[in-house]
Amino acid sequence: MPLPLAVAAVIVVAASFIPLGYVIAASIATGWDTASALLFRPRVRQLLSNTVLLVVVTVPICVIVGVLAAWLVERTRAPGAKVWAVLLAAPLAVPAFVNSYSWVTAIPSLGGLSGGVLIATLSYFPLVYIPAAATLRRLDPAVEESARALGLGPWAVFFRVVVPQLRLAIAGGALLVSLHLLAEYGAFVFIRFDTFTTAIFEQYQSTFNGTAATMLAGVLVLLCLTLLVIESVVRGSARYARIGSGAARRVVPAELGWRYSPIVLAFLGVLIAASVGVPVVSVLRWLVIGGSAVWEWDAVASALVQTLGFGIAGAVVTCVLAFPIAWISIRHTGRFSRFLEGGTYISSSLPGIVVALALVTVSIRYLHPLYQSVAVVIAGYALLFLPRALVNLRAGLAQAPVGLEETAQSLGLSPLSAFFRVTLRLAAPATAAGGALVFLGVVNELTATLLLAPTGTRTLSMRFWSLSSEIDYAGAAPYALIMIVLSLPMTYVLFSQSKKVAGL
Amino acid sequence: MRMRIGLMSGVALATAAVLTVAGCSDSGSDNATDSGAANQITVYNAQHESLTQEWADAFTAETGIEVELRNGSDTELGNQLVAEGDQSPADVFLTENSPAMTLVENAGLFTDVNQDVLDQVPSQYRPSSGKWTGIAARSTVFAYNKDQLPQDQLPKSLLDLQDPAWKDRWAASPSGADFQAIVSALLELKGEDATRQWLAGMKDNVRTYKGNGAVMKAVNAGEIPGGVIYHYYWFGDQAKTGENSNNVALHYFKNEDPGAFVSVSGGGVLKSSTKQDAAQQFLKFVTGQKGQDVLQTGTSFEYTVGNGVPANPKLVPLAELQAPQVDPAKLNSPQVTELMTEAGLL
Repeated sequence: MPLPLAVAAVIVVAASFIPLGYVIAASIATGWDTASALLFRPRVRQLLSNTVLLVVVTVPICVIVGVLAAWLVERTRAPGAKVWAVLLAAPLAVPAFVNSYSWVTAIPSLGGLSGGVLIATLSYFPLVYIPAAATLRRLDPAVEESARALGLGPWAVFFRVVVPQLRLAIAGGALLVSLHLLAEYGAFVFIRFDTFTTAIFEQYQSTFNGTAATMLAGVLVLLCLTLLVIESVVRGSARYARIGSGAARRVVPAELGWRYSPIVLAFLGVLIAASVGVPVVSVLRWLVIGGSAVWEWDAVASALVQTLGFGIAGAVVTCVLAFPIAWISIRHTGRFSRFLEGGTYISSSLPGIVVALALVTVSIRYLHPLYQSVAVVIAGYALLFLPRALVNLRAGLAQAPVGLEETAQSLGLSPLSAFFRVTLRLAAPATAAGGALVFLGVVNELTATLLLAPTGTRTLSMRFWSLSSEIDYAGAAPYALIMIVLSLPMTYVLFSQSKKVAGL
Repeated sequence: MRMRIGLMSGVALATAAVLTVAGCSDSGSDNATDSGAANQITVYNAQHESLTQEWADAFTAETGIEVELRNGSDTELGNQLVAEGDQSPADVFLTENSPAMTLVENAGLFTDVNQDVLDQVPSQYRPSSGKWTGIAARSTVFAYNKDQLPQDQLPKSLLDLQDPAWKDRWAASPSGADFQAIVSALLELKGEDATRQWLAGMKDNVRTYKGNGAVMKAVNAGEIPGGVIYHYYWFGDQAKTGENSNNVALHYFKNEDPGAFVSVSGGGVLKSSTKQDAAQQFLKFVTGQKGQDVLQTGTSFEYTVGNGVPANPKLVPLAELQAPQVDPAKLNSPQVTELMTEAGLL
């Protein structure tokens, strides 16, 4: 294993532990008396019950909706299945806080747990749908045929044969949904639903990184770690891959017939109308009401340029930082690489608000020249989105055989040019997909950007937030529109890339 | 070994590429790094972004000095200035209310405001210390839905709202600096015990929203009969479409009730600023004729505090509000945050 790469990987993983370390260190420094007074109070109980209920109710709904939708488009001849397949990924292009703003426009009284569940389900079910659809697409129908031959009915086949094979996709998707639920800020503020993240932000605004905010962050971190443990237990250690030679046949989709087709169409139609239709119509409506006055072109253009700059820099930096870890985990599997990967997962499950709190404190106390600099914002994005880059980079590197690189060297290329001209080129599409995902994350990020950005920064999401907070919904609409339009191609990349990643 | 060097230079190359991109984005987020430029000041702004932007644009047009805003809430930016200490990049601090100004003043971070600036503001709208000055003012009101609350059912005093009769019948935005300023006035006027008791009653009764605008919107929509906000949200909305306030009327508590509190927005110059002159000029502009004209004729509907500039004629004159006497320098923001956290409101 090349030493510089190992060192680089260890440094990246160590840096990704800064937020966790900050919360632990601050908790110890606070002392038990103050900490317990802040932790065991009614407000925390209320936040805990809100947050846990939100996860417990929303995640199963997302799983049911996501798996059902995936099954309908992959395994049945639902009319227009190909189109639905793409449309069902589209809600990811609508930031959750834009979705919430749109729904509040339509139903002003929307609020509380039911409102939170509605917004969260519509925003995050594609996180289950995408991996479930990708897995369904490549399941070997022979297993199901055997089950049927042995006497199981269609429902039994679905629940006893198909669903268990989706376990990885469902567990992974459910984990992603839960982590998003814990981290979401703007969407829940709109509908007045308090979670740990919204409360931490309020505490932060009342005291600039006070102890109370840090204690709440500590509880939030514990919730995230609990989810990671649950996911790894649910995932289990069973094998899901085909063993032996031969390729899986394509599945013959089921006919729905004239009786079920309308029901299926209605289900998919309502799902898309609620998750994409409502936000798009609502944004367009505000644009019409606002007229040309809301297009302050200077402000819009500068927010767009800044968002693009942060997005591109965030994507490039994150991919570069993820590279050593991805390389080691593919070319040098073993305990060390498992340790590295585990480390990035733990720290990246932390919500943006916790990462931002930590970076504010660390930079103001120990790295003052970096305080309020672009570098700290980019570092925050890298910590938050490392796994997005890592997963894709790893897939790309795994598809590039070492043999080719060695052959190139034996034909006279230097190791460096062999790497650049062979391996990196083969891994380029996957790297681009990883970068696109990070970019999408940066465009939709709100809390970390609000806390860390240099004075004078106004990204699209900051502008949107500031205007919609002053109840200037029309003025906020152009920024919502641009965020959706910017995110659409990235969402498509995510959708199409999921086929390849699932194939590994 | 050759392989190692190869990979290392690969990583180095990639890093260089990144730095180039980061560099580009840096110039994109203009002025982020060159806050040291001579002809530019950085304002930590907790006033409404649109109002301060108006001031800043007019100031730049007159003096050529650029103004860079960092927006946040009163207490957030106040505490941030304290945490940054003498290394703060800020030159000027503007707030919506006075408790956060006191916080920064008590940390010894403000320099004296020039006498010619102070002379522009009557003494009741600024602290006796002269470490900062009032720049605008706002009155507490009870905004209520005309169809849901007849006038004889309106609360006589802010203190009435702790009564169980008001359960789920009034709204507020407790995370906002505006509301925390009202609580700090209550603390100053009635003492710690009464405040703690009132907050406990409030916790039982209130429905919380994010921002005073959201409170008024809810009252207007009939989601809740009334709410404690500041006066200008109503006037601002009436001047536009009235869409969020046509069903809403304002009740002024008067009688020197804590609910008749008039909150002074503050402005101060940081001792650590390397651009003292430009910073003082900015304060002089804001409190002077042109800056106060923005309040009188603009769309913010906050009260003017500068000499000889009367409030917008649509507003109930400040003198008629019968506000309680509170020295703005005595309002205590950390204790308010603590009490509100204790009450379960934060």
